[in-house]
Amino acid sequence: MKICGPKCSICGMLISVWGVIQLLLMGGFYYNKSVNLVGDLVIGTYTTPQQFYAMADAAYDQAAYNCWIAAAIYLLLLAMSVWQLKVNQKLKEEAKIAASNFNIK
Amino acid sequence: MGSLFRSEEMTLCELYLQSESAYSCVSELGELGLVQFRDLNPDVNAFQRKFVNEVRRCDEMERKLRYLEKEIKKDGIPMLDTGDSPEAPQPREMIDLEATFEKLENELREVNQNAEALQRNFLELTELKHILRKTQVFFDEVKPELSINSCYQQMADSQKEDENVQLLGEEAMRASSHPGQNLKLGFVAGVILRERLPAFERMLWRACRGNVFLRQAMIENALEDPSNGDQVYKSVFIIFFQGDQLKTRVKKICEGFRATLYPCPESPSDRREMAMGVMTRIEDLNTVLGQTQDHRHRVLVAAAKNLKNWFVKVRKIKAIYHTLNLFNLDVTKKCLIAECWVPVLDIETIRVALSRGTERSGSSVPPILNRIDNFENPPTYNRTNKFTKAFQALIDAYGVASYREMNPAPYTIITFPFLFAVMFGDLGHGAIMMLFGLWMIRKEKGLAAQKTDNEIWNIFFGGRYIIFLMGCFSMYTGIIYNDIFSKSLNVFGSHWKVERNSSEIMSNNYLQLNPATNEYVKDPYPFGMDPVWQIARSNKIIFQNAYKMKISIIFGVVHMIFGVSMAYQNHKYFNNRIGILYEFVPQIIFLCCLFGYMVLLMFIKWNKYAAERPNPYSSACAPSILITFINMVLFKEANKPPEGCHSNMFAGQGFFETLFVLIAVAAIPVMLFAKPWHIMQQRKQSNVNHEVQPIATSNGDAESGVVNQQPQGHGQEEEMSEIFIHQGIHTIEYVLGSVSHTASYLRLWALSLAHAQLAEVLWDMVLRNGLKQIGWGGGILLVITFSFWAVLTVGILVLMEGLSAFLHTLRLHWVEFQSKFYQGQGYAFQPFSFDTILETGANPNANEE
Repeated sequence: MKICGPKCSICGMLISVWGVIQLLLMGGFYYNKSVNLVGDLVIGTYTTPQQFYAMADAAYDQAAYNCWIAAAIYLLLLAMSVWQLKVNQKLKEEAKIAASNFNIK
Repeated sequence: MGSLFRSEEMTLCELYLQSESAYSCVSELGELGLVQFRDLNPDVNAFQRKFVNEVRRCDEMERKLRYLEKEIKKDGIPMLDTGDSPEAPQPREMIDLEATFEKLENELREVNQNAEALQRNFLELTELKHILRKTQVFFDEVKPELSINSCYQQMADSQKEDENVQLLGEEAMRASSHPGQNLKLGFVAGVILRERLPAFERMLWRACRGNVFLRQAMIENALEDPSNGDQVYKSVFIIFFQGDQLKTRVKKICEGFRATLYPCPESPSDRREMAMGVMTRIEDLNTVLGQTQDHRHRVLVAAAKNLKNWFVKVRKIKAIYHTLNLFNLDVTKKCLIAECWVPVLDIETIRVALSRGTERSGSSVPPILNRIDNFENPPTYNRTNKFTKAFQALIDAYGVASYREMNPAPYTIITFPFLFAVMFGDLGHGAIMMLFGLWMIRKEKGLAAQKTDNEIWNIFFGGRYIIFLMGCFSMYTGIIYNDIFSKSLNVFGSHWKVERNSSEIMSNNYLQLNPATNEYVKDPYPFGMDPVWQIARSNKIIFQNAYKMKISIIFGVVHMIFGVSMAYQNHKYFNNRIGILYEFVPQIIFLCCLFGYMVLLMFIKWNKYAAERPNPYSSACAPSILITFINMVLFKEANKPPEGCHSNMFAGQGFFETLFVLIAVAAIPVMLFAKPWHIMQQRKQSNVNHEVQPIATSNGDAESGVVNQQPQGHGQEEEMSEIFIHQGIHTIEYVLGSVSHTASYLRLWALSLAHAQLAEVLWDMVLRNGLKQIGWGGGILLVITFSFWAVLTVGILVLMEGLSAFLHTLRLHWVEFQSKFYQGQGYAFQPFSFDTILETGANPNANEE
């Protein structure tokens, strides 16, 4: 079954590979509470350091899980792109065979 | 000096070829591709040359091959392209080839003609078939035994609302009211293009004043027009009318609208019979057409197998005769004389090729290759391989090097990607670029085989090694800047720490870490920038600017000093003592005394001043390099330093600065006047000697005298005033250039800053939206924002920013670096080579980056 063309599936494949790698790594960094990524977190108002740490830890974990979820979705997309790529290749070969059959005829 | 650093040594050779062996010798040389022939009959036009007939025959053959190619492409038959290039056939084989092509072309033309005639026939029959089928419906609407005139009544009744019918109907009624007068209604049937039908109908109505009756029916499937193969839609029509006059009028209108009329018998049985006949004829035609197509296909398939091969052969023959046309004919007509530029190192290879050619032609007299001395400027030939080719192309795009001057291409292999990377420093973006380059290099053969006309792709593919190197170097500078998609990597652990109590942190929005205290570990991060700078929102740019501006100037000055020392290599190679003494020496002194000293100041500042050191060398006391430099040039006393600081970085700074400026200023008049003055002196000297010379030459050998005098005569053409003006321009360019070029290298800083900021903005504006989600839906949103961010990263940051950094690097090389030594006034060596001829013949717009 064909959903998208050969270029589209290659594009999807490249972005998916990139997405899986980067999002897995970023998830790991969030899980390890990388200070560098703190700017991308939502931390509410706090009055004591303990409160802050608790909220930050929760936000870090949430972001890490979100990254991994996204990575998983990209893994699915990757599988779909590869499948589409195969489908397109098959179609191309079939067209080639049909053309050569026609030529023989 | 290896040949990598300079162009090949070239020599002009005279080549005597036997008439019989000339063809095969030139063919061998064409395979070799190391010889550039000169046109020895430039004032003879193309039609008066010796081998014009052969060239014309080749043209004719090429035309036939192109015709075949067009037909093959029309049928969509794949052409066999093995990629090998057969040797140029012997001249006598040309006749065979010609005969083959002639036969093929004639056969094909005949088949095509037959096919077209058959197709036209087929079209006519099909149209007739449709007419018979459709009109049957019209006739069937009435009872078969009724005569035609009453059939009108029926039709008129069935279509009362039609005005057209009404009129005829009345007429028919009137006619039927006079039974004695038999109304003879005629009709014509035909086929017309569907889009012409409305106009046709209107025209009929107007011209016949509504006295004709038109019925039409569409032919559902498209018919093929045999003349151009288009699919056209047509309609069947039938027109009823009364009387001969109307008949002629109707026929004229039909003719005018290019409608084809077909005879249509009146009685149903005749029609049925005719329909049967048409059907059988169509079937017969179909078989004949099929056979014709098969025959055509077989002919084309057979031709497609050899077509590329034939093209190569014909193009080679043509190239050989073109080359032979450049040669001079000996008086005895036994011998052809050629002049050619050849690389000195390859003379032996060329000799071997020539003897191989002679052997092949069966001639016994070997060709003679003679080196001749002359004082013409030889062409510039830089041997390249697939790796250096793109870099050489970058240099040649500015100007082909003068003969045997220093070739900047080998140095460009490193400096170009490096300066690019200084502007493009990002580990992530560099990795993308590197992977793209690596993929092109790995798939090199496959990608090179599928030649495309896509110019952008050809540019990328031609520069694959540049792209790969630029990517690698960008990854390196990305690690130095500690920047990956605007984030940093904390590999060794930051050397900064927060040592404040929590209440202080809670109450302050901004806190600055002081490197003088324990908050800094006192030794720097082991490699590159400390990762903590990436999240230092308020002073990250201030810190990075100071660093990047300084390294830009340092790289720039080193690059320029390197360029000036290349000029030394040139002067040394061309034995230009005046050039070394009065150009290179003052130039390098000027550059080193001013800008070299500024670079030195930067290193002194970096080493001497630190936050934790006591006062004369504390960070508060560090002087500004730029202000110091400006004060130095203006001989101004430094501003009063803050309490406890020195205005100088080292003892005796004021003295050295004054000395350096004075030396640099003194170098300017040396650059300006020394060389012209020296030349003037030399000329005066030689003028004294010159008076003796005529006697010497008149005694000597006439021929050698001519040859010897040539170079001297060449040198004295330039007038003294011109030399002065030229030197003046050169000096002004250099002195002003040193200042502006040094400033120009600041683009390294500016672009790297812009690149880093753009990456940061993209992360913050796009990807952050996906990350800043509280709920579990964030994962799905992240997928969308990530792909958006990825596309923008590639499109804007890698492609567009990469292109802009590429262009700035190119400028830094062409203007700032090459202006120090590069003349670029040579002309390229264009050897007679079958490879290039075939490449340009098959793919006229293949070019390099």
